[in-house]
Formats: sequence, C-alpha cells, structure tokens
Amino acid sequence: MPVLIYTETEKGNFKKNAFEVASYGVALAKQLGTSSVAVAFNPTNATVLNEYGLDQIMVVKQDNLQGFNAKAYAATISEAALKIGAAVVVVSSSADSKYASPILAASLKASYAPNVVSLPESTEPFTVKRTAFSNKGFAHTVLLSDVKMIGVANNTYGAHPTEGNAVIENFSPSLDTNIFSTKAISVDKVAGKTTIADADIVVSAGRGLKGPENWGMIEELARVLGAATACSKPVSDLGWRPHGEHVGQTGKPVATNLYIAIGISGAIQHLAGVSASKVKVVINTDPEAPFFKAADYGVVGDAFVVVPQLIEKLKVFKAANA
Amino acid sequence: MKILVCISNVPDTTSKINFTENNTKFDPAGVQFVINPNDEFGLTRAMWFKEKQGASVSVVTVGNASVEPILRKALAIGADEGYRIDALPTDGFFVAQELAALVKEVGFDLIIAGRESIDYNGGMVPGMLAHLLDFNYVTNCIDLKIEGQDITAIREIDGGKETLSTQLPLVIGGQKGLVEESDLRIPNMRGIMMARQKQLHIKAATTTENLTNDKQFSKPELKGTITMVDASDLDTLISLLHNEAKVL
Repeated sequence: MPVLIYTETEKGNFKKNAFEVASYGVALAKQLGTSSVAVAFNPTNATVLNEYGLDQIMVVKQDNLQGFNAKAYAATISEAALKIGAAVVVVSSSADSKYASPILAASLKASYAPNVVSLPESTEPFTVKRTAFSNKGFAHTVLLSDVKMIGVANNTYGAHPTEGNAVIENFSPSLDTNIFSTKAISVDKVAGKTTIADADIVVSAGRGLKGPENWGMIEELARVLGAATACSKPVSDLGWRPHGEHVGQTGKPVATNLYIAIGISGAIQHLAGVSASKVKVVINTDPEAPFFKAADYGVVGDAFVVVPQLIEKLKVFKAANA
Repeated sequence: MKILVCISNVPDTTSKINFTENNTKFDPAGVQFVINPNDEFGLTRAMWFKEKQGASVSVVTVGNASVEPILRKALAIGADEGYRIDALPTDGFFVAQELAALVKEVGFDLIIAGRESIDYNGGMVPGMLAHLLDFNYVTNCIDLKIEGQDITAIREIDGGKETLSTQLPLVIGGQKGLVEESDLRIPNMRGIMMARQKQLHIKAATTTENLTNDKQFSKPELKGTITMVDASDLDTLISLLHNEAKVL
C-alpha cells in the first residue's frame, strides 16, 4: 500500500515543489511503514529524484501528455495509483496540481485534504493539519476513506535530501481520446522569470507608490534580490500592474520565505493572501498602517527614499556575500 | 444555454475567526456572512450571458435556512431562480455530490462555481463536480467566451496565463478576472423587489456521504512583536534579515 507522489515537471525539469512533495511523501511512507513511488511526466532525467530517497519512479513518456492537461494527468495518476494499490497520493499546491487534484480525488473516491502543513498527526484515525479560513486558522482533518490524498501546502514541509536508488520504470496509461476534450491552445508566460509560487523572495508594492511610472525601483530591488514582483489589489484594479501580480485573497497566494511590502497598508484581504510567508518586512510612511501589526520587521519612511538606499546597500551586501 | 451558478455562504473577510464547542466548530457569533468572493465574479459573468446571449441563470447553495440571504441577494442581482439543498455542507465531496444530483435532475449546460472558498479553502468542489458529471472543466478561470459550440477559456497559471478551447457541458472555477471588480453587480431596489417573485426551491439532500471530517480547529501562534528599524539604519535591517531571520 505505497505512497504515490505526483512530482511535477516543466519542460523536462522537475519543478521546485517536486522536491518538497517528494520529501514529504518519502517521510510519510516511512511513518506508515511502506514504500514511496513517484510518478513523473516526461522528465529528462528521472534519476534527479534519487537525491530524495524514493523507492520507485514511474515515468510517463507520451507525446500526447507533453503539455499539462488536467483530466488526462488525473486519469494517468489515478491509473498509476490503482496499479500499485496506493494508500496515499501526495500532490503539491501548484496551480496545475490544484486543477487536477479534485478530479483525481473524485476518480479514486479519495479523502482529499489540501493545504496540509505537516506529516499526519495520527494514523489511526488518519489526521492531518491543514490551513483554513485563509490562513487565520487550522483544521485537523480526519481522512475517512481507504485511499487518501494530501495536498502539501507550498513551502511548508521543505525539501529534505536523502540518498536513494529508485527503481525506474516506464508507465503507459490507457487513456480515452475524449479525455483531451479541453485543450490548451497557447501559454502566455515569461520564460525564465521566477514565479510568485516558486520565489524565495517576493517584492510587493501598493498604492503608496503613487503611479505605475514609479515601479522601476521595485523591479530593480527584485532584480538585485532575484525576487518575484507582486502588487496589492488596488494597484492591479487600477491597471498599474498586470493582474497576475495581484496577491491577496482574490489574487494569488504567497508562501515565500521573505515578503517585502512597500507602500501597502495591509488590508485584511491582502494579509489573508500573504500571511503564509515566513518573514514579512513592511516599508510605509504611515506608522499606523495595519501591516505593521502583522509584520516581522518594519521601516517607517518614504519608499522613494528608503527603497533606492536599500537597493544600493543590498548590492554591496550581495557583492560581499557572493 | 442553462447556467447554474454555485455559491457558498462564507464569513466576511474581516471576520475574527473563533472556534467553539471545544474547538470543534467555527463560531458564527457576531460574524457577517456573505457570498464567497470568487463566486461573485461568476455570478456577474452569468448575468452578462443572460443579457447578451439569452441564457437562463439559476443559483444554488448547500446549507440550512440560515444561508437563504445569499440566495435572495443572488436573485436580486438577477438570477432567475434559486435552489437551496437543505443540508450542512460537511465536505467538498458531499457538496459536489449534491450539486451533481441537482444538475442531473434539472439539466444545465454551464456550471459556474468559484475556484475556492475563503472559509475552508478546499478548492475541490468544481473539479469533483466536473468528474461526477463527466463535464469539461477549467478552474482559475479569468476569461470565458462562448460562441455557439466554441468555448475559449483563459486559466491563470503560475507565472502567466493559458488559453484553452473546450465545449459545453462545462464546469468552471471562476475568480477575479472573469469580470473586473468594478463591474461586480450589486442588487438595486428593483432587483430586490423582483426577487420576491422568484422561485426558491428547497431540495432534500440525496446522500449523506462525506469523505473527510474536520474534527478540530486551532489558531496560529500569536505573532511576536515587530522589530522596527530606523529608515536611516538600513544596514541593520539587512543584517537582521541575514543573521536573525536567515532569509537573505
């Protein structure tokens, strides 16, 4: 009754979250006294996962599965789970995973807990801790059915390398053609740019910047830090920044290591989306800004003075710590 | 085209979250309940299809009588009829099954749900519903165009957008982008008056099965106090982030 882990790839390379879910799945398998099996779509080099201690890797090498397709990927993972008699299926919290996982869960009639932050608190009954109420609380959820599914919350468990020598085998699912009835026609994504989901550092700015023409220093700060850029909802609604940068309750969630908020007051909807970030730094002219109550470090000051200085000092810091 | 908009009754974003009965239940005392924000974008988009393409729009929620205000609000916004499935929404699979039963009974072409609700953050109802019905499915949907048999939907992905082509019957998990915030419909006096004439069907649950059980709730540890750094002393900030927080 192994643990099956969906390790995501993009253009043949394992995504950052693949190492986190593999680490979680391997540890879970140990906790349950069973084996760990990864399933991967068209990886260029499956042996990369040997740094994470898996027992087995099922490699799906199919042309019609080159690009992500929620129903097709869910059907494939479902077939793999049934083939090995998986007791638990582990997935990530990426946009693609969250698209496929509910289909997969329904297909296996599996108890599905997304946003899980740690290994099971108990195995009898099988109980996991997951975030709820937009990060304002936790639910301790019992998974009742024979097959269970866990969505690991982004950047919570972490990647923990451990030596492994997995048995690697090809897996060819038998898929109906009608499973491809929803097709991706095009993808609009800047190549090589760190996504908000994968970034270790996110630099975010809000209405305090006064206008889109002032974003140069935000982009420069992000560049120096190797960070992704984000923005608050009003900034996105005003069209100052692309919708994809909007983070918050109705935008993207942020679970990064360092979230730097510049000229953002900290409305509850914004905090709900970014509170999973490990460390929050707030730079704002208003000492009464609510965000100061929710942050770890704060600077009261004019962004137009503080940010350029911070950029210069960080360049020096980076050079000294290269 | 027959559209079913699925809405859920959630605590307003600004609500203080507390638990009661030995931390086994969410405490509704003093909480304002609203239509889940992601669902509102779908409801407004459905109104567009009604006005421009002659679609009919029904709205549904799973809950006891206390959730009727959000159905009345949806009717006031312009939905033609409402359904309340009289049961507590115990988990995502249960809700998906109840919605699937309604869809099979009444018949709908397009189901518009929200990609995720702000209370339990499950994000699973639209996808499970699509599987149970064997309908096409797009979530994180930020654009939806339907021209006869041709549907083009845009999905928000990590770092960009994906354009998909699909057909009815379809389930979508909507979010902001489906319509702009400034275009969200709110009920006007006329809508509220007309809503009184509209049908609100109460349906019994068809099943009792849930696959998960939230047996307890807890709250995050209280944050420590913030460390303030003077704007003239950014070297200290960098040093703290590097040595203390270890994120630089």
